[in-house]
Amino acid sequence: MKSFTYERVDTPAAATAAFARTKGSRYIAGGTNLLDLMKLEIETPGHLIDISRLALDKIEPTPEGGLRIGAMVRNTDLAADARVRRDYGLVSRALVAGASGQLRNKATTAGNLLQRTRCPYFYDPNQPCNKRNPGSGCAAIGGFSRLHAVVGASEACIATHPSDMAVAMQALDAAVETVDAAGKTRSIALADFYRPPGTTPHLENMLAPGELITGVTLPKPVGGIHIYHKVRDRASYAFALISVGAIVQPDGSGRVALGGVAYKPWRVKAAEAEMPRGAKAVATALLAGAKTSHENAYKLPLVERTLAGVLMQARG
Amino acid sequence: MKFDTPATTNPIDRLKVVGKPTDRVEGPLKTTGTAPYAYEHRDFAATQAYGHVVGSAIAKGKIASMDLDAAHAAPGVLAIVTAANAGKLGKGDFNTAKLLGGPEIQHYHQAIALVIAETFEQARSAAALVRVEYTREKGAFDLAVALDTAVKPPAMFGTEPDTSVGDFAAAFAAAPVQLDQRYTTPDHAHAMMEPHASIANWDGDELTLWTSNQMIAWSVGDVAKTLGIGKDKVRLVSPYIGGGFGGKLFVRADAILAALGAKAARRPVKVALARPFMFNNTPHRPATVQRVRLGATKEGKITAISHESWSGDLPGGGPETAVAQTRLLYAGADRMTMMRLAVLDLPEGNAMRAPGEAPGLMALEVAMDEMAEKLGLDPVQFRILNDTQVDPEAPSRPFTQRQLNKCLETGAEKFGWAKRGKPGATRDGKWLVGMGVAAAFRNNLNANSAARVRLSGSGVVTVETDMTDIGTGSYTIIGQTAAEMMGVPLDRIVVKLGDSSFPVSAGSGGQWGANSSTAGVYAACVKLREAAAQKLGLDPIDAVFADGKVKAGRRSFALGDAAKDGELVAEDMIEFGKLAEKEQQSTFGAHFVEVGVDSMTGEIRIRRMLAVCAAGRILNPKAARSQVIGGMTMGAGAALMEELAVDKRFGFFVNHDLAGYEVPVHADIPYQEVIFLDEVDPNTSPMKAKGVGELGICGVAAAVANAVYNATGARVRSYPITLDKFIDKLPEIA
Repeated sequence: MKSFTYERVDTPAAATAAFARTKGSRYIAGGTNLLDLMKLEIETPGHLIDISRLALDKIEPTPEGGLRIGAMVRNTDLAADARVRRDYGLVSRALVAGASGQLRNKATTAGNLLQRTRCPYFYDPNQPCNKRNPGSGCAAIGGFSRLHAVVGASEACIATHPSDMAVAMQALDAAVETVDAAGKTRSIALADFYRPPGTTPHLENMLAPGELITGVTLPKPVGGIHIYHKVRDRASYAFALISVGAIVQPDGSGRVALGGVAYKPWRVKAAEAEMPRGAKAVATALLAGAKTSHENAYKLPLVERTLAGVLMQARG
Repeated sequence: MKFDTPATTNPIDRLKVVGKPTDRVEGPLKTTGTAPYAYEHRDFAATQAYGHVVGSAIAKGKIASMDLDAAHAAPGVLAIVTAANAGKLGKGDFNTAKLLGGPEIQHYHQAIALVIAETFEQARSAAALVRVEYTREKGAFDLAVALDTAVKPPAMFGTEPDTSVGDFAAAFAAAPVQLDQRYTTPDHAHAMMEPHASIANWDGDELTLWTSNQMIAWSVGDVAKTLGIGKDKVRLVSPYIGGGFGGKLFVRADAILAALGAKAARRPVKVALARPFMFNNTPHRPATVQRVRLGATKEGKITAISHESWSGDLPGGGPETAVAQTRLLYAGADRMTMMRLAVLDLPEGNAMRAPGEAPGLMALEVAMDEMAEKLGLDPVQFRILNDTQVDPEAPSRPFTQRQLNKCLETGAEKFGWAKRGKPGATRDGKWLVGMGVAAAFRNNLNANSAARVRLSGSGVVTVETDMTDIGTGSYTIIGQTAAEMMGVPLDRIVVKLGDSSFPVSAGSGGQWGANSSTAGVYAACVKLREAAAQKLGLDPIDAVFADGKVKAGRRSFALGDAAKDGELVAEDMIEFGKLAEKEQQSTFGAHFVEVGVDSMTGEIRIRRMLAVCAAGRILNPKAARSQVIGGMTMGAGAALMEELAVDKRFGFFVNHDLAGYEVPVHADIPYQEVIFLDEVDPNTSPMKAKGVGELGICGVAAAVANAVYNATGARVRSYPITLDKFIDKLPEIA
């Protein structure tokens, strides 16, 4: 770990100002991922701005009938919120499928979205990794790739995004709200928030330097049956091999987002049009153009089968 | 005390303290965080410095150059140890690769430097500034590819690589029913909670190491040999160990580098291996490729049995002895076993909980399941049918005790085995449900073990032995033994362990620790009883030690009276003779497992597990149950998730943290039960006990595998059994 300086801020404006003031800054909230990465010197910020005490810890209704989730709302609190459980069950179910109780107590909503890949080569500074060390190559391609992406990947990177919560939020058409140092706010659809790896896998999202996530908004509830099925090798405390987040309406229409298959939660509008035709049709459209290795080819049938199970469960 | 004839009635048979389910005496220290582990000793808190290990970034080759300037210039750095400045180092008898590499590199993350600084953070930060250029060499990293180069290894610990009785080939060819299958098991990590850690302090030319080590005397020898100093100059202290599983049988880089670092910095130095180093710097259980052939009559009698195993290790290393149990477990007149060893340039392989049997039974006990099905026999009945009460390779040697059949029968009844359906035929909603069984087998080994006992005037008995407690309950069973022998309650006993200044014990390994070390305490207590009786003017033969008193005829004294003029001290060693050569001492069990497999996704979830064990006298049923449950959990991990993923290009284990190397969590196993059959074995020691800590893992993974087959009808012969290996064999989806 490199030495770093630290300050704690009380307002978003103070946070963005501090970021602009000090080169090499990073925000830290729950720290459940950043600290690990700093110990391995995969992240080497010279200055940490502690935003964990910002007053962004509320869950409030929006004028449009949705919910605005503060960036600092802890995963545990979000999963337990009565409105979330009633109207956005997918979010609660995805959250409790992730990490452990202790981690969820620390982890924040914004931090969850910004956690970095768990690709084991990314975590080993001795190995080439374009995400960690741009231009050095990708050791996962041709290596141990059982957990890696099958869609949306590039010749430079086949890492997946590890969040469960983001899968649910993407299915719900969530948007990320931000503020920058000039006080300018904007809203980015979660669907557009993550950058495809392309030739620059180290650039992971659309945030400008210093731009701070203040919250996530969920549109008004869409009803339906919410099911999150996370498939993993052990029953708890493991990242997804794949996950399926689905909202199924009584008429058979609905929405599906996948975790564990791409650099972001994977949702394809055209696939959702196939919902009434069943899992095979949906999975085929979702995974069109998939590129697999010998080790992760199982993800394609696994997505289809898991989705079939989810649809069966939704039918009751 | 020589032990060369079976034990007769002795004070242990009273079973007033021994044999009772007893809480661990050191438990409160551990649950309150006050048991000092190796890294937590505070003796040198004021002066200690911190060492951080630099590991090789390549698997095989040479260090071309090493630039230490930036690290030396970093804040707080006191010294840097490398092979270039450490002086001449030897290699321990129990190490395969050097613990400080360079310029030659033998495996990934082999230690090549220790950076010592005032604080842990400074040492870690400076370690990242060490710049190393390497010359890579081609290595062998893929066991499947290296199979053809495997050779017959030398005998290890008296285990011959090949055995043969009769004419296996002819008998197998003539057998009406045949099975010939290959199975693979992956590399496994010990993955214990406490990493390897040591604090070293030099006082002149005398070294003291607070460390985390299972085998104190072996390791004193290897520290001395590696550093080129006398054994009398080395003291090891290891009172508490946060898990070992065989990974701490030997001296590792933390201890040697702490000693070298303390010398270089002229300060006490503490070193812990960072978690990633636990997977590539330290030993692991080697992967195997195994072939099992069974020939049987139509009625199900095995006539021919063979087991071959291939594994790899660094040059000078040894094989995984995966065929060991097949030499003893089932009858069959014509038989052979064979082990072959290839050179692999992965980190070194070595012992992990039940080395040999743990992976060996993962193959053999699936083969038995497959053969039972071919024969149309119930797998429990097929095993019972092929029981042997003698060593099948040497029929003049009977087993001292062998209750395998009773383990199987008892387990089948308690588990509801009769409800087991045909493969793929039992449903519970979306779940495919199956049951599996496997035999458990592990030899009982004994090792000489010494102890010293002290009696104080207040009647407190203190036991000193270099025996270790790796979370197994050694403190408690040693205390129970001394309490039983001296006729006092357990709270009158003080047990001191894990210090090389104490008499040399059996140590913790090969499930030999419990029986051997308590027998050593028994021997010392016999001497103390004699000394106490004599002091009190009683005939040692007539004296009865009970209720805190020593009585003979009408005379009765408080035990402490014997030491009122000064402490009484006695020391002795149990020395095992040749009983184990004449008759085979083994432990047996049967594992029963029920799983559910999601018919859509293939996710496997264990529903319940039962172990029935016959392992001599159970000294502390509570501690023994915990040991078996731990073994069952580890076996479940081996069946379903544990695998060190090998990068066959770069030659290292990729998943080198506890997020990537998955072991079972509570949610994986909702229900576990253990039954011990009544057994006392007078051939093993005056304690009449046997090992049990490794029996618990033996056969578990095969029972899980057989349950998965029973649930799905899909047979996976390559561990771990993950859904990607059988998703194409699950029922069609609508």
